[in-house]
Amino acid sequence: MSDDTLFARVKEEAHRSNPYPLFAALRECPVSRQEDGTYVAATHAAIASLLHDPRVSSETLPPADRPKTGNPFKDWLVKPVRDHITDTHRPFIFRDPPDHDTLRAAVMHQFTHQRVQAMRARSHVLVDEILNKLGDARSIDIVDDLAYPLPVTVICELLGVPPEDEEQFHGWATQLATALEPDTHQDDELRAENSRTFDAISEYMQGLIAQKRKAPQDDMLSGLATEGTDGAPRMSDFDLIATAILMLVAGHETTVNLITNGMLTLLRHPEELRRLREDPSRAPRVVEELLRFEPPVQFRTRKALCPITHGGVTIPESAPLVLLLAAGNRDPEVYAEPERFDPDRTDNRHLGFGGSLHYCVGAPLARFEVEAALVALVRRLKNPRLTADPPPYRQGSALRGPKHLRLTIDGIDP
Amino acid sequence: MSGAETRTVVVGASLAGLRGAESLRKSGFAGSLTIVGDEPHPPYDRPPLSKAVLTGEIAADATTLPNLVALDATWRLGVPATRLDRVRRTITLQGGETLAYDRLLVATGASARAWPDADQARLEGVFTLRGRDDAQALRHALTASPGHVLVIGGGFIGCEVAASCRTLDLPVTLVETGATLLARVLGQHLGSVVEAMHKRRGVTIRTGVKVKALEDDGTGRVMRACLGDGTAIPADVVVVALGAVRNTAWLEGSGLSFDEGGLDCDADGYALDTDGQADTHIAAAGDVARFPHPLYPGHPIALEHWGHAVAQGARAGRILAGHAAEPYAEVPAFWSSQNGITIKSVGLTEGADGFVIARGDPKEGRFLAVYGRAGRCVAAVAFDCARWLPAYAERIAAGAPFPPEPGGVDAGTFTILPLAFPEPAHEDEA
Repeated sequence: MSDDTLFARVKEEAHRSNPYPLFAALRECPVSRQEDGTYVAATHAAIASLLHDPRVSSETLPPADRPKTGNPFKDWLVKPVRDHITDTHRPFIFRDPPDHDTLRAAVMHQFTHQRVQAMRARSHVLVDEILNKLGDARSIDIVDDLAYPLPVTVICELLGVPPEDEEQFHGWATQLATALEPDTHQDDELRAENSRTFDAISEYMQGLIAQKRKAPQDDMLSGLATEGTDGAPRMSDFDLIATAILMLVAGHETTVNLITNGMLTLLRHPEELRRLREDPSRAPRVVEELLRFEPPVQFRTRKALCPITHGGVTIPESAPLVLLLAAGNRDPEVYAEPERFDPDRTDNRHLGFGGSLHYCVGAPLARFEVEAALVALVRRLKNPRLTADPPPYRQGSALRGPKHLRLTIDGIDP
Repeated sequence: MSGAETRTVVVGASLAGLRGAESLRKSGFAGSLTIVGDEPHPPYDRPPLSKAVLTGEIAADATTLPNLVALDATWRLGVPATRLDRVRRTITLQGGETLAYDRLLVATGASARAWPDADQARLEGVFTLRGRDDAQALRHALTASPGHVLVIGGGFIGCEVAASCRTLDLPVTLVETGATLLARVLGQHLGSVVEAMHKRRGVTIRTGVKVKALEDDGTGRVMRACLGDGTAIPADVVVVALGAVRNTAWLEGSGLSFDEGGLDCDADGYALDTDGQADTHIAAAGDVARFPHPLYPGHPIALEHWGHAVAQGARAGRILAGHAAEPYAEVPAFWSSQNGITIKSVGLTEGADGFVIARGDPKEGRFLAVYGRAGRCVAAVAFDCARWLPAYAERIAAGAPFPPEPGGVDAGTFTILPLAFPEPAHEDEA
């Protein structure tokens, strides 16, 4: 039997820079029970199967429990109401059908091909503007200088958030992204902080939605605030706020990690970096392989609604279930030489965007943004060198990526 | 025997034929390869023909299939094979030319079942829909602002054509002899769900009645259809959608076992002769191949599914290249798009004795039904919620008990309902 502390070690910061040996050990059992009662699916086949299993639920968040304020009116009357609203209007990444499907359809209705294509062109302009601003710098932090500003601008423009408000979104998004880390739910202080952030961003969104209703513009939030899909009524304001927040957070942190992991991986594979510089049309292949090799979302947590037997292991009802996407992506049963970064591989059915019902809504957007960023970086940065390898990582193990990626450069080409 | 001297002929420039030829090469076949097709077109994709091509989203000639492997093949397009001589190992093409083979892949597919009265079938304005040229011709007729379109047959093609007509805002009537649309595949219960969907989109539906005759306006143009109940429907475009017959007539005299339901094959995929012996020089794949499926014992089946053509074609290529046969137990799967709803199915509903709504609710148009037979899950059909289907395909492959365990996400009503498939006696009626 495999070691039941493996997943706990995945979450330890010591393993952040290279969790892949632990993933290989976890793959020994397609589904394994961990000491805390969590079940981990680590092979490609097990993950793909469970992603499509209707006994597996995405409603994994514990009941809302805002911190008490000491004011009896607020604590005994307002708090239960607000907690209830939070519980019944979660963002659709944490919801199951049928509500999930309705909310997602409304977003897809606004996330049109035209809007995505317009953003594709815009991404290239934005990347160049960001790099131009750095002037004749001799060092660059990929995270702070490019990987953060780009996605936040893209998602804000798409949603219709005024540029002057972008700055405060950065902090909110980073804070709320911790909701995807399994240990957040056990950490009262973190939960309280998330509640406060959620309330702050909700209040902001409420104001913005009111503005969009008064003066609708050609953006997604205006669309969502003013119309439903195919004759269906528009979503409730509570759902609208949750959906807007979800798009902001999901379109943000993950893309940051993919850009940063991408540049790091290319610097570790100079031959691939050279090939991409010489032939930018390789960018889609490079991005797909990055999604396999260093996926920004390493795992997602689900919950078993009924006992599920998989490969001789029975996951009991209500047990937390971790789908270790990044481990499935390196499963030797599916990939030849899985530990090798090879953009030319064929049949790359990676789990980098998840799969099934909750497959990443923003996948096309993420692909374009990261292509634009990497193509510009390899073309314009003169002689980029890593200052530290491995770089320092952020705390999260689910949304995994470097905190900073500082490069020394000989300048930036126009 | 896959040396450079070996000659392989693929009859049928179809999806199954193309994927079979690619598989031969991928499996190391180094001999000569000839691909024969009765249409002048290189292999193309059929699913869009009744949908995107009719509605004009894509042109008929935009359906050409991508070639995934360098084939180094000789293409003989626009010439049907007319005869198979297994003693001399030759194929005769129309015009008399013969091709010698050492290995043969039969992938001749199926044709649309014609309107039974040949004179009426020839009237201007009467169409069937199977090939790319059919789709092009029908598209042309639909863009000429017809006054009324009549679709005969409420199977998947009939339903898709009717839905495409509504997308084009054309008045359309669909006539089906059965009690509901799609009753033979889905049962009457779900058939009526589909029917309601079409009615909401403005399709006029006449069920339980037969079209007796098509009448012309005196100039050879179809003008109206006379129904069994004495009524008539004016129509200047008529689409005959009465199912398919397998293209096996050219095998007459070959000594192989076939009829219009397909060419018989063994479990390995080799063609059977009339004595039931396998001819290991000949494999068949796709719509034309009738074979025993381990998940559906009882009688052999021929599947008209896209994914099946790909999988069985690939497998036929491997055995013809000399690799050992492996059991074929792919769970059948197909899809249909109509009125913006995607219906997807895994397994076979045929012979099912009951079903449950396992997820969602038919009233909301988004649900998943599981079909059972003798206590086992045999099929699952999803309306706009296909993401769960792979889980049910696993259960069907494993012979999981029916009814499946209730509960889980978006659990349905879970009462076992009767299917009400039509009586077999109706099957041969048009």
